[in-house]
Amino acid sequence: MNTQPTFSERWSPVLTVRGLSVDYEADRPVHAVREVDLALGRGEILGLAGESGCGKSTLAYAVNRLLRPPAHVVGGEVVFHHADGAETDVFALDGEQLRRFRWNRLAMVFQGAMNALNPVLTVRAQLEDVIRAHEPATDRRERGRRCAELLELVGVDPRRLDSYPHELSGGMRQRVMIAMALVLRPDVLFMDEPTTALDVVVQREILAEITRLRAELGFAVVFITHDMSLLLEISDRIAIMYAGRVVEEGGTERLRRTPLHPYTLGLLRSFPSLTGDPTGLHGIPGRTPDLAESLDRCAFAERCPYRREVCDGEQPPLVAHPDSPAGADGRAACHAHDPSRYGTAPPESLLRGEFRPIEESEVIR
Amino acid sequence: MTYLRRKILFYLVAAWIAITVNFAIPRMMPGNPVDILLARLQQGGATVLPQSRRALETALGRSGDGNVLVQYFEYLGNLFTGDLGVSVTYFPTPVLTVLGQALPWTLVLVGVSTLLAFVLGVGVGTFVGWHRGTWLDGVAPTTTFLSAIPYFWLALILLFLFGSFWQVFPLAGGYDYDTTPGLNAEFLLSALHHAVLPGLTIVFSSVGAWMLGMRNMMVSTLSEDYVLTAEAKGLRSRRIMLAYAARNAVLPSIAGFAISLGFVVSGSIVTEAVFSYPGVGYVLLQAVQNNDYPLMQAIFLVITLTVLGANLAVDLLHSVIDPRTRKAE
Amino acid sequence: MATRTSPTGRAGREESPEPSGRSPLGDPLPTSGGRRNPLRRLRLPSSGKLRAGLGIVTAIVLFGVLGPPLTPDPQAISGAVLSPPSGEHWFGTTQTGQDVLAQLAEATRGSLLVGFVVGILATALSVVVGVVGGYAGRKTDETLSLLTNVVLVIPSLPLAIVIANYLAGGGLAVTVLVIGITIWAAPARVLRAQTRSLRERDYVSAAKASGERTWRILFVEILPNLLPVVASQFVFSVVFAILTEASLAFLGLAGFGQLTWGTLLYYAQNAQALVLGAWWWFVPPGLLMALTGCGLSLINFAIDEVIDPNLRTPAHKRKVSR
Repeated sequence: MNTQPTFSERWSPVLTVRGLSVDYEADRPVHAVREVDLALGRGEILGLAGESGCGKSTLAYAVNRLLRPPAHVVGGEVVFHHADGAETDVFALDGEQLRRFRWNRLAMVFQGAMNALNPVLTVRAQLEDVIRAHEPATDRRERGRRCAELLELVGVDPRRLDSYPHELSGGMRQRVMIAMALVLRPDVLFMDEPTTALDVVVQREILAEITRLRAELGFAVVFITHDMSLLLEISDRIAIMYAGRVVEEGGTERLRRTPLHPYTLGLLRSFPSLTGDPTGLHGIPGRTPDLAESLDRCAFAERCPYRREVCDGEQPPLVAHPDSPAGADGRAACHAHDPSRYGTAPPESLLRGEFRPIEESEVIR
Repeated sequence: MTYLRRKILFYLVAAWIAITVNFAIPRMMPGNPVDILLARLQQGGATVLPQSRRALETALGRSGDGNVLVQYFEYLGNLFTGDLGVSVTYFPTPVLTVLGQALPWTLVLVGVSTLLAFVLGVGVGTFVGWHRGTWLDGVAPTTTFLSAIPYFWLALILLFLFGSFWQVFPLAGGYDYDTTPGLNAEFLLSALHHAVLPGLTIVFSSVGAWMLGMRNMMVSTLSEDYVLTAEAKGLRSRRIMLAYAARNAVLPSIAGFAISLGFVVSGSIVTEAVFSYPGVGYVLLQAVQNNDYPLMQAIFLVITLTVLGANLAVDLLHSVIDPRTRKAE
Repeated sequence: MATRTSPTGRAGREESPEPSGRSPLGDPLPTSGGRRNPLRRLRLPSSGKLRAGLGIVTAIVLFGVLGPPLTPDPQAISGAVLSPPSGEHWFGTTQTGQDVLAQLAEATRGSLLVGFVVGILATALSVVVGVVGGYAGRKTDETLSLLTNVVLVIPSLPLAIVIANYLAGGGLAVTVLVIGITIWAAPARVLRAQTRSLRERDYVSAAKASGERTWRILFVEILPNLLPVVASQFVFSVVFAILTEASLAFLGLAGFGQLTWGTLLYYAQNAQALVLGAWWWFVPPGLLMALTGCGLSLINFAIDEVIDPNLRTPAHKRKVSR
């Protein structure tokens, strides 16, 4: 498969999330994920970005059926599309069915591989566990051969099979985790901040590895991180989350060039670009809203320089804005791109990609 | 292996301190301990033979007239040649002989029941911890009550119910005196029959602590990422529970074995006293009642050294189970 | 002496004193308060365990305090020898005709007193050794923790028996001292581990960097945050002291001049109460002991849940993912 985003022509979904909501039970339940709609195409790398606490990890855990109390799914569905066209309703799986489905079609690489590897088992034992659980008929030699192959695949010396996690470097551990995720050749790989704990050089290597493996094996990736620069580099498509919602999604190039949502804009401006001009660097002032609230307004309104009355009264739907510079690529949840609600055409500065306080002259009462 | 060397060194230091404390205690008394103890013996109604004085002097390292340091080395010398003096109670039997007869009883009784309690407690703790949030959580408070019961009182109650009231188990002793001690079925059965109540006492009183410790560690371990990973990997829950959660959760229990063993041994002393079980605890009680200081001190030493030995063994086991300790700094 | 409810659990927590309750939200769930008001951390969540524990302990303390003045002289001999519970003697009498209820009240007072005093003594010792060692680090810490570990592995009861026997007749003070110096080590170990983890916290580093005096850091930054742990160790020492004293007394090595639960059992055992079937004599002291241990342990559970929120059982059903 070509690593270039040619997906747009023969894009077919491998995973569809519809209306997914997750609550953390408490005295005032925290609505961590709110009615998220998202689709992942076969073989594509989807970046999931947002500041910490925006619900991106919770979303991944929910899709993988890994939420633990007090977190639980309160609504929505997740459908997995098999290559042959069959569909699996992930939330309907139970018991043995669920166990068999896990890791088989969806696998996950967790944040911080040190903690995700069992400290008292060898790498071999932890890799073989997967084979043993899913393909019990495989014999010892075959298991050993496959494990060695997998380590080689991710660039780790197969002699490391008999090492314990604490004997490996951070980068090696993360490679082992990736090998573990690939044991059953899944269709989708969730990666939750897979490189955050690593130093920059190792981070580069791991990213290159992921891109290479994706090209070789053709799996789709949901790459979760708060690091926008990293996502721009690796993803085919990006979804931006804010306060439990997807506020914008679209092709990486489009998103970088013409972000629609002011929050996306803010995120893009809050890290230094290697090539771009260094003057446009901003943080986003303000704080995320209280997630225990049920929001009947735009969650970003308080921090948004383009805020108008409608933003406080109505929640913007996540829809395509064909008249915007983005055209048909992607969707955004922002009133500013809907003149019928916003009252005027989108502010010039927003379209220019400037994240700055709105000027008095632009305010329409 | 640095871990091993460090552990062995630690237990050697601990043994040395215990031996030194044993030497020092009689010296904390004002006056000449030998005279005082002899006087106390006489008050107790025992006939004090000249040999008794020598027995005490050997035990306390007082036979020479030298200063404390000389006495200390003399005491150490005696210790290493196995000369712990002569028992006053079982005069003129050497202390070592008395201990040699009592030690196997205690080793088997305490060893087996501790192992049983550990396996049972860790097993149930694993299960209860795994199923946290269910009705099984109620098990923890119940065992709290169980483990709050003092050993010797539980022993008394068991003795009263099963020995005195229902008369299913013998009231005292380690075996029927009709049988000949040795490897014959009759004797072994009788020994087993006698060991049931003391054994049960030790198991009942210590199982709760193991269970609770394991349960709590299971609960902590279950929130570890590797358990989550194991779940995501689609492993069978049995495998997750045992190889991922319990295998890690049990490590502190094993590391904490040292501390717990001291309690169990202490508890078994009073238990033996209640059942007149012919082990070290019972002999210690005899020694206490007869002011038999040589015997008493020897028992303290033997118990301590045995506990240290057992702990060293468990620490070695720990290093086998936890690969990280093998090359710890 | 297995009332050490969590030596094993504790030992484990030493390695990672921080609860690892990371939520997939990225941020840790709101659990422990920061340094703002450390005392707040001691505010116990009102749970069934805590209420039950406090109820039991209060009842027993009241019995020990109010019992003796309200009951007849525990030493008074009467003609009613070994009589089972009756209207006149609610808990029966001993073989010399003493009222068991009166003896129980007096013994409760004695045992609680021993437990309390030893608890304070052992906790004080353990705070000094544990906190100083944990905070100072290096050689001081190495020496102190070697000492602690050695005392830990030496079985305390045989040691106490030997010391108590040499100091025979020293009365309650000797007993208290002997128990105190044999049981401080376990709490000291826990406190050392906690202190070490606190020492690494940012606000302590900040205080150090800003040149605050060591004693001020210890008393203002460290100790208040150690309070829940100290409290839990104190409760635990009390239980342990009561049990050790009872064991010593039962062996005839302590408590002379003051009735305790242990001496009561010692007299009962010596008078063949067991064989004579005088259950009213030997059952109540043990039950009281078990109840006290149980009540105090329950209180400790509540404190433990403050220290490690992971142990808290959530109120709702856990089912989603298993």
